[in-house]
Amino acid sequence: MTEDRKIKIIVAKPGLDGHDRGAKLLARIFAEAGMEVVYTGLRQTPEMIVETALQEDADVVGLSSLSGVHMYFFPRVVELLREKGLDDVLVVGGGIIPKEDIPELKKAGVAEIFGPGTPTAEIVAFIKNNVRTRD
Amino acid sequence: MRDYAKEVLEGSVRAAARLISWLEDEDPRALEHMERLYAHTGRAYVMGITGSPGAGKSTLTDKVTFALRKKGLTVGIVAVDPSSPFTGGAVLGDRVRMSRLTMDPGVFMRSMATRGFLGGLAKATGEVVKVLDALGKDVILIETVGVGQDEVDVIRLADTTCLVLVPGLGDTIQSMKAGVMEIADVFVINKADRPGADQLYAEVTTRVEQDASIRERAWTPPVMRTVAVDDEGIGDLVEAVEAHRKFLEESGALEEKRRRRAREETLQLIHGELYRRIRDRLTANGELDALVEAIVQRRESPYRAMQHVVARWMRE
Ligand SMILES: Nc1nc2c(ncn2[C@@H]2O[C@H](COP(=O)(O)OP(=O)(O)O)[C@@H](O)[C@H]2O)c(=O)[nH]1
Ligand SMILES: [Mg+2]
Repeated sequence: MTEDRKIKIIVAKPGLDGHDRGAKLLARIFAEAGMEVVYTGLRQTPEMIVETALQEDADVVGLSSLSGVHMYFFPRVVELLREKGLDDVLVVGGGIIPKEDIPELKKAGVAEIFGPGTPTAEIVAFIKNNVRTRD
Repeated sequence: MRDYAKEVLEGSVRAAARLISWLEDEDPRALEHMERLYAHTGRAYVMGITGSPGAGKSTLTDKVTFALRKKGLTVGIVAVDPSSPFTGGAVLGDRVRMSRLTMDPGVFMRSMATRGFLGGLAKATGEVVKVLDALGKDVILIETVGVGQDEVDVIRLADTTCLVLVPGLGDTIQSMKAGVMEIADVFVINKADRPGADQLYAEVTTRVEQDASIRERAWTPPVMRTVAVDDEGIGDLVEAVEAHRKFLEESGALEEKRRRRAREETLQLIHGELYRRIRDRLTANGELDALVEAIVQRRESPYRAMQHVVARWMRE
């Protein structure tokens, strides 16, 4: 069968703030788009997120942040992924992120940042177009 | 190409994770590695945890794993969640209750979607168990889907199956479908802090006693009470599972179970491979289309077509 390979995505919410409505919604959106979404819950450290990506053999890590910790957390996740040899894993971010932070995050290896109100179809399309082809 | 089998045997999480993906995708590259891993499997003890959605299976899995880790045992976890039949997607949320296990190098946890497979597991769950076994995990916990009561496939893979029942979720003996009670090697009444727990406990206990009086059984499933969220009753549950293991080992039932498993598995593999080969050939040369056309027009019957295809294949 030449059916499309399933995309596996980790949806994680790093940091300490206690809302996961946004992340849960994202998880549902990705599942609707046919992906297999590993939802990890709240208060994930970058180390936990990367270990999860490793065990789950995830293609994508989606990070959601509201608490302003993205400048530390997002690059740290990319860095740890590289350390583990998972440099082909696509990292995308979302949440409330000031525009001026975006260039630096991208320079650090975050593939794309989606602000609030980004059409979900756009996020899904970006992932589908940029996900690795697994050997 | 990387030598995944060798890496798994050396304990590589990365290699195990990738091999599991291939197994899930039914990627033919997995075969060669599984073939080499097989000799190193059969050491892990396999526990199944099944029950209705929301019964507390993930919470229990977390607590049981923690208890096993304290005993110095390493643990592999396979948690299965349903794929949507409409979109093919899935939300795999069991890790939420097991966050604290993530950074423990003695634990490997993998989420799986059913991908249309019925019976409470994913098609590749049995293969994934073998990878974790070869990876050196002492105990492997399988958390089943739990959407209804037809998820009894876990007993084919698990040495000990724990059936989790909770008060207030419609888990009453009357509502239980035929065959479901029978899958339990250990009953777990979880959410024992909730109203109705005593009644459910009494109901299940009575049922187990009745069953034993109707027909003598070598093993009488114990009925355990737990409050998974508060880590209550977990030690006793682990002991009950150990007692069952001891029973299986001493009575020879474990060997018998595993022999049956090997038999089923071998037949299933042969079935799958024959199917694939015949299907590929029939589709490649256009014969299948021609047959279907003839069958639709009633010039041919599927029964005769089957006999011809099989007979010819056997001759070649
Ligand atoms: N009151 C109570 N709630 C529990 C208990 N065990 C689990 N829960 C809660 O039940 C819900 C479902 O638990 P989960 O482990 O995800 O169930 P699963 O769907 O069977 O895996 C969660 O909100 C748990 O916190 C328990 O013993 N008592
Ligand atoms: Mg669960």
